[in-house]
Amino acid sequence: MAKVEIVAERCKSCGYCIKFCPKQVLATGSKVNSKGYEYVVPVNPDACIGCAVCARMCPDGAIDVYK
Amino acid sequence: MEKIYTRTKTIQEDKVSGFCPGCMHSTVIKLIGEALEEMNLVEKAACVLGIGCCGLHMDYIAYDNTTAPHGRACAVATGMKRSNPDTLVFTYQGDGDFASIGLGESISAANRGENITVIFINNGIYGMTGGQMAPTTLIGMKASTAPKGRIAGEHGYPMHMCEILNQLTAPAYLVRTSCNTPANVNKTKAAIKKAFQNQLDGKGFSMVEIVTSCPTNWGLDPLASLDFIEQKMLPEFPLGVIRDR
Ligand SMILES: Cc1ncc(C[n+]2csc(CCOP(=O)(O)OP(=O)(O)O)c2C)c(N)n1
Ligand code: SF4
Ligand SMILES: [Mg+2]
Repeated sequence: MAKVEIVAERCKSCGYCIKFCPKQVLATGSKVNSKGYEYVVPVNPDACIGCAVCARMCPDGAIDVYK
Repeated sequence: MEKIYTRTKTIQEDKVSGFCPGCMHSTVIKLIGEALEEMNLVEKAACVLGIGCCGLHMDYIAYDNTTAPHGRACAVATGMKRSNPDTLVFTYQGDGDFASIGLGESISAANRGENITVIFINNGIYGMTGGQMAPTTLIGMKASTAPKGRIAGEHGYPMHMCEILNQLTAPAYLVRTSCNTPANVNKTKAAIKKAFQNQLDGKGFSMVEIVTSCPTNWGLDPLASLDFIEQKMLPEFPLGVIRDR
């Protein structure tokens, strides 16, 4: 059991987490945050293995990881 | 389930930084914060920020810091460390700050073997002021002051600061890392921790040069800037330990 939570307001939609997630859990969402960024959402949450690669690559610390 | 990763407490809780999307200034300050927390050094730390986008951290970090006049961070850090030997003093400088306007102060501090740590952000450009050529700009790379790209005969060659400082006797640790892949992010954090430990052990001058990106002034989106690092920056600035003594 593992999951990621994205702090939408911190996400700048750079895409690093999407690129490096080994399980394709994440994708750019269709909603924007208050800065106008289309923040990332877990589209495939059940595939998450809790490796935290996404969170380590996120420049802005926008991802919390649970395992 | 247990929370196994969250943003470091060394960045103010309520702040979202003004760095551009994908800018690795954010990545590196996060790694510095994680290193300080894991080494129990947050209360002991004092950061000397350079001028440039690097200096924007002053609005976000949650530990002692000051900003030096442009290029003079190593001189300011020298005074701070000599008068407060128990403080962990580190500079955080861009390539314009460390290797251009501050070249004299930087080399002199390294040559004196000051017991400080330098975090040197090599993004190959002056980010904050709109993409002027830096000492580290690649041959052929466009800058607002080199619209046709850097030309060796006119502008000289990219400067390799680790290798230049490696000509000096005093420095203890010179390493070049990047943040373009998960493995390189982990190596960067390990290098920062080692450089901090060197200072605690009184070993003298340590520098971690980190090859990063400036997507905005490179004119690339964040993902394309990762490829540019891999394909263009790293062949010119090879990663690895240049000195460890
Ligand atoms: C004495 C002085 N000269 C020039 C400037 C203008 N200036 C501000 S930041 C900067 C360059 C910063 O480039 P770099 O150190 O590479 O930082 P980056 O923004 O790329 O992180 C310059 C030239 C200044 N602030 N002070
Ligand atoms: S201008 Fe460049 S260095 Fe400055 S915040 Fe934007 S991407 Fe980072
Ligand atoms: Mg720069």
